[in-house]
Amino acid sequence: MLSVRDVEKSFGGIRAVNGCSLEVERQSIVGIMGPNGAGKTTLFNIISGFEQPDRGAIVFKGENIEAKNSFEIARMGLIRTFQLTKVLSRMTVEENLLLAPKYQQGERIWNVWLRAREVRREEESNRARAHSLLRLFGLLPLKEEYAGALSGGQKRLLELARALMAEPDMLLLDEPFSGVNPTLGNKLLNHIKELRDRFNMTILIIEHDMHVIMRLCDYIYVLNRGRVIASGTPEEVQNDERVLDAYLGGGQYI
Amino acid sequence: MMIEYLITILLIASIYAIFALGLNLEWGFTGLVNFGHVAFLAIGAYTTVLLSLHGVPLFVSVLVGVALAGAFGALLGIPTLKLREDYLAIVTIGFAEIIRLFLLNEEWLTGGPMGVCGYPRPFEDIITGDYNLFMLSVVLSILILCYFMLEKLIKSPWGRVLKSIREDEDVPVSLGKNVFVYKIQSLVLGSMLAGLAGSLLAFYLQYINPRNFMPIETFYAWIAVVLGGSGNNKGTVLGAVILFCFFSATRFTQEYVPLHPTQMGALRIMLIGLLLILFMMYRPEGLFGKKEELML
Repeated sequence: MLSVRDVEKSFGGIRAVNGCSLEVERQSIVGIMGPNGAGKTTLFNIISGFEQPDRGAIVFKGENIEAKNSFEIARMGLIRTFQLTKVLSRMTVEENLLLAPKYQQGERIWNVWLRAREVRREEESNRARAHSLLRLFGLLPLKEEYAGALSGGQKRLLELARALMAEPDMLLLDEPFSGVNPTLGNKLLNHIKELRDRFNMTILIIEHDMHVIMRLCDYIYVLNRGRVIASGTPEEVQNDERVLDAYLGGGQYI
Repeated sequence: MMIEYLITILLIASIYAIFALGLNLEWGFTGLVNFGHVAFLAIGAYTTVLLSLHGVPLFVSVLVGVALAGAFGALLGIPTLKLREDYLAIVTIGFAEIIRLFLLNEEWLTGGPMGVCGYPRPFEDIITGDYNLFMLSVVLSILILCYFMLEKLIKSPWGRVLKSIREDEDVPVSLGKNVFVYKIQSLVLGSMLAGLAGSLLAFYLQYINPRNFMPIETFYAWIAVVLGGSGNNKGTVLGAVILFCFFSATRFTQEYVPLHPTQMGALRIMLIGLLLILFMMYRPEGLFGKKEELML
């Protein structure tokens, strides 16, 4: 589904990503872990087109995407979330979701006038879908609230619901559990599993929490200093000395 | 006498309301910082007037003026809107001054500091009564049309994308929206509204020169938008009306204040400044803005 090959990216003197390669199979949940500053988010930014790599290739659904704009990558069905949640504060929860569907007729200025009826019908069907997603995440009672007024955990859920509203083939989730309380976290974990099992989605996820990532992922890549230092199934990674080193040893763990 | 004066105030306020609605689309809904909005007012005014003096039918000259204002909006947006937001602000300031200096110096075309006069006005020979009254009805109809057109656009999915750009550009980008195209559309449409206001202003003034298009005109539009509440069309229109009512009210007080007319003019601007400061302190959301939005 997605393959990252020898990607490099420097900021000034810092090699944030230094020859990183990974593969994500269709319908799998793949985790990326690593200490702070390992280059996880930069790698995400490169995959989603928010940053351009200095070197290397990224192939998504058989197509090279490393030179594409981020909005084009999103249109191909690769949708990301952000480490620091980004909600549209002065728009309602419902509006946040309605923004997401791709290729809406009413997003073309002329269609607002020329195809008013089709636009209205499209809005109605999108709204129905938005409501069912909001219900799934327990946000339906809040649909008229400003998104900026939600709690941190609710914003995480909203962001995930919005990403799903875009009907992605693959999701990039950047620390979706941070700031979410354990109960909600458990629910979220089940939601994510369900996405793969029921909706055949492919998911690449950055996560710090060992327990979460062990329970959730089929395959794990461990990054340190911009390189993949280990990879394998959760059991393999758990017992890898290099991983323990990166996390606990050498004073690299902050 | 009084009624004629009122008509004039309403007329000029409505023209500036159209002008300010353009800015509100750009700033209030899309978050684009345009400090050179007056340039498009000038382009609309001069294009209309010069074309009609050369025998082009009035209606066509207005349309060309509006189109040219929009084209210049696109021209400014293409190099700047992919950059950080403050670049547009700087470029628009510069552009407005370039346009004004061009009008001032290219005498062969624009009449230079003397400006242009003696151009035809719509239906001038047919209207026998009060021309301003006729013009007010035309301008008001156009204002109402623009208002409802904008409201419809803002409430559409298209408007939703604009608002999402204002809130956080990364979100629409991550959902596959071509943000650049929307920003250009917003800037072009806003500039076209300014161009339209320019044509109407020229008809009202009957004589235009570069002094009508000083940078302060841009800030009149900003005042109207901020007074009314950014991102609120109703507020913007009311803001423009309040601003010009205030200007003319202070004109009446001239005879009671021992100040020279130029001093009085400066005092008016100072009072507007004070009003804005008070607004920012006690009602920062503007007249129609939503207070809870400011907390987010």
